[in-house]
Amino acid sequence: MLADRGLARVGRSGMGSVAVVTIAVALFLCAGVALAQQDGDIETAETMTEEVLQPLMPPTAVTAVDTPNDRGSSINVTWEHSPDSESGTLLGYSIYRSAHPETGFAFAGRVPFVQDNYRDSGIGDNEPTYYRVATVGLDGRESLSETFGPVEAFPQWFNGDRINVMVAVIIFVIAIVYFVNAARSGKDLFIRRLAGLDEMDNAVGRATEMGKPILYITGLSTISDVATIAGINILGEVAKKTAEYNTKLIVPCADPIVMAVEQEVVKEAYAKAGRPDAYSEDDVFYLTRSQFAYVAGVNGIMVRQRPATILYMGMFYAESLVLAETGASIGAIQIAGTDAVTQLPFFITSCDYTLIGEELYAASAYLSREPILLGGLKGQDTVKFIAGVLLIVAVVVATLAATGVIETNFMAPLFVTG
Amino acid sequence: MRRQIPLALCFIAGLFMAVQYFIPHPTVQDTYEIVLGWLQTLLAFAFLLGTVSLIRMHFHKIRNRADDRAFSWVTLLGLVSMIGLGFLHPQHQLPGSPFNLMFLNVQVPIEATMFSLLAFYIASAAFRAFRARTLEATLLLVAACIVMLGRVPIGDLIHESIPAATQWILNVPNLAAKRGVMIGVGLGMMATSLKIILGIERAWMGGSD
Repeated sequence: MLADRGLARVGRSGMGSVAVVTIAVALFLCAGVALAQQDGDIETAETMTEEVLQPLMPPTAVTAVDTPNDRGSSINVTWEHSPDSESGTLLGYSIYRSAHPETGFAFAGRVPFVQDNYRDSGIGDNEPTYYRVATVGLDGRESLSETFGPVEAFPQWFNGDRINVMVAVIIFVIAIVYFVNAARSGKDLFIRRLAGLDEMDNAVGRATEMGKPILYITGLSTISDVATIAGINILGEVAKKTAEYNTKLIVPCADPIVMAVEQEVVKEAYAKAGRPDAYSEDDVFYLTRSQFAYVAGVNGIMVRQRPATILYMGMFYAESLVLAETGASIGAIQIAGTDAVTQLPFFITSCDYTLIGEELYAASAYLSREPILLGGLKGQDTVKFIAGVLLIVAVVVATLAATGVIETNFMAPLFVTG
Repeated sequence: MRRQIPLALCFIAGLFMAVQYFIPHPTVQDTYEIVLGWLQTLLAFAFLLGTVSLIRMHFHKIRNRADDRAFSWVTLLGLVSMIGLGFLHPQHQLPGSPFNLMFLNVQVPIEATMFSLLAFYIASAAFRAFRARTLEATLLLVAACIVMLGRVPIGDLIHESIPAATQWILNVPNLAAKRGVMIGVGLGMMATSLKIILGIERAWMGGSD
């Protein structure tokens, strides 16, 4: 009985120990499973992070050269795109420069990932410079390329991209000099008739007969405009005629420098015509720089002094029609000449004669009939003919290239400048 | 010498301006910038010259008791009062200053009035140009009608091809003519410049001897 009790006691106590051990083992196993599961999670997370944060591939074939045909202080850096550029993980490329191949690389600039070149401006001339280009990820990480260098920026003494313009200018000069010499040697040069300029004598004569003044306007532009200079050249010829006929010439100016030149031109013309006393500085005067104040002033002169002839020769803007219509309303004979394409329709509508574009530049030579000037005009026409032929050939070549008949448009470089 | 010096100066300056186009080197380009700066300085002095010319001419008109001397009084009074208002108020460019008030309430409306006259002049010029007396004038009239109708919604309502015809007129015959004129203008400019630089054209200094 005692033994049974003892066994039973032992059995009870043994049963309790087993239970404790079982619970402990269970807890241990649970903890182990939990830890194992945790370990697994960490491993999965680490694997995933490794997948996202793979190192970026840097750009390849980085090169840097001095920017051609410039004033120096600039280097062109080019590279081949990183393989990551198509993955959508790139922000762009950063460009770094240094005076040493290994250290001291400073940020020079950044470009979008679609770009494969960068112009590094503002650097010193003739200083060895090294470049590295880095791919920049969306998360800001960078991957640097190999170092390229040294390369030096330096200024050029000739812009090679403009050699075609230079050749054209040389041909132009040769043509003008040739025809000027031909004119000097007495060769007869044919110049087509320009109705507007043929009418100039009649216009001056009409004003003389009517005892009314001639109004001469060179427009609102400055002396740096070639059209204004052309207008001043014509003014010299007109002033000679008005001096001969003793007709009053009124020249309101919108630019003080133009006024000073025009005063001198008219004064010289009167002196040459043997009438220096007839010249009055008050007839060539400054009005205003303001566009419509100038229009108001000139229109006032028109309606008060009622000139018989009005000549518009130079550069004009929106004021052209207001001036020309006022001139037409007072019954003046009007001759205009301008290279402003947008104002030509207004002058053609309102004036009796209009010199279109280049005719303005030919007017001085045409009026003076000086052989040397006519030679220059002939040279200009010759170059225009050459340019016309070249344009026709270029159009044909471009059409053939576009339709695939020929491989390349070899005429294109002729018309492109840098 | 009176002719040789200006001609030599013109040749040197003109040649430099032409040559600098082909030379990007800073030595040349910096000089070019300096010369452009001189132009601004010259312009400031030239304005003084212009003002003197304006005052002298109107003064002579008043002194000679010309018929339209009333306008000369207005011009001189306007000139003196605006200069005076500019000096009286140190911050004359600020809103509310007398100078600014005069500019905004007198000059600006007068200039706007002159500009708006353009609309009426366009109408009168169009009336004159579109009278179909010749074949050219008739063509102009037809082209203008198509272009005007193509630019407003009613053109599309009249016929759907009118806007397309408008674009064709503007892009083909109109543009071709404009480019033709512009090529001639470009060459004419070059020729005139060269003639002046080389001393062939001397009308700007009163013509050749």
